[in-house]
Amino acid sequence: MKWMRFGIPLMLFVVMAAFLAKGLENDPRHLPSARLDQKVPAFSLPSLIDATTIITQQDLKGPMLLNVWATWCPSCRVEHPMLIELAKQGVNIIGLDYKDERPDALAYLQKFHNPYSAVIFDEKGDLGLDLGVYGAPETYFIDAAGVIRHRHVGIVSERAWKNSLSAIWASISDGGGA
Amino acid sequence: MAVLLPLSVTAYAAIDVYEFDDPQQTEDFHVLMQELRCPKCQNQNIADSNAGLAKDIKDRAYKLLREGRSKEDITAYMVERYGDFITYRPPVTKNTWVLWFGPFVLLLMVVVTLVVRKRASVKLSSQHDVTTDQKQRVEALLKQYGQQKDEKEDSK
Repeated sequence: MKWMRFGIPLMLFVVMAAFLAKGLENDPRHLPSARLDQKVPAFSLPSLIDATTIITQQDLKGPMLLNVWATWCPSCRVEHPMLIELAKQGVNIIGLDYKDERPDALAYLQKFHNPYSAVIFDEKGDLGLDLGVYGAPETYFIDAAGVIRHRHVGIVSERAWKNSLSAIWASISDGGGA
Repeated sequence: MAVLLPLSVTAYAAIDVYEFDDPQQTEDFHVLMQELRCPKCQNQNIADSNAGLAKDIKDRAYKLLREGRSKEDITAYMVERYGDFITYRPPVTKNTWVLWFGPFVLLLMVVVTLVVRKRASVKLSSQHDVTTDQKQRVEALLKQYGQQKDEKEDSK
């Protein structure tokens, strides 16, 4: 019985310390996407470049990245050069201009160059809500079947790409026969 | 007061622009806004949050309620998009099992420990049956000690 005096508190301490240590590594702002392993939700929105062109979920057959951005989002500016670099390497990126003004967005792409093969103009944030977007930038990895395989919240930095994202991209682009 | 009253009415109207024909829907809407959590500003509910996203969620919930969807439907609709995170009333799943039942398990453990300890101490005291011989010795010792104590106090 005597060992319990020390054993039980020690055990409790170890268990709690393990949980808390694990919690330290988690960023509570990085939520898992509820849309993971599901098809891109149905939508029908105009293109940013040409308002008469309508883009739907049918057009989102990957492998591709769907990058949520806006001109009001400073982190998107930081991320932009990396997207241009990735586009140069042959990564197909579709933009989702989220809750933005068309003239501002067009001027932005003119000034900083356009890494996107197409840009969806989601003025009201409807597709954003259906995707579960809670802040820009966010980047969705979509495979050849149009299924969301991964969501990256925050800037696609060179480090994030090297560490984990490039492997995810390779896994969806190999399977998709790009 | 008569001047103030119309002012406060307009102020209220400016905040609360979501109107329903059915009082039940109005109530459902308010409950939803309390129970849905803003994914952007994580420790606020939708009603308290001024984030753009909170307004989008409010607008969507309003639209769905007006279409005749139930409160539960709308919660499920938001969970489908934002995950369990969005509700302050998380459903019972294998991920939330500890959250829901952990406290009761802890309580049970404490109760069991207390009962076991109580039983052990009762057993321990019942084992110590004193013989009359021992009793006499104790009484004698007590008496002696008491006397010595009295003497000490007297000598002071």
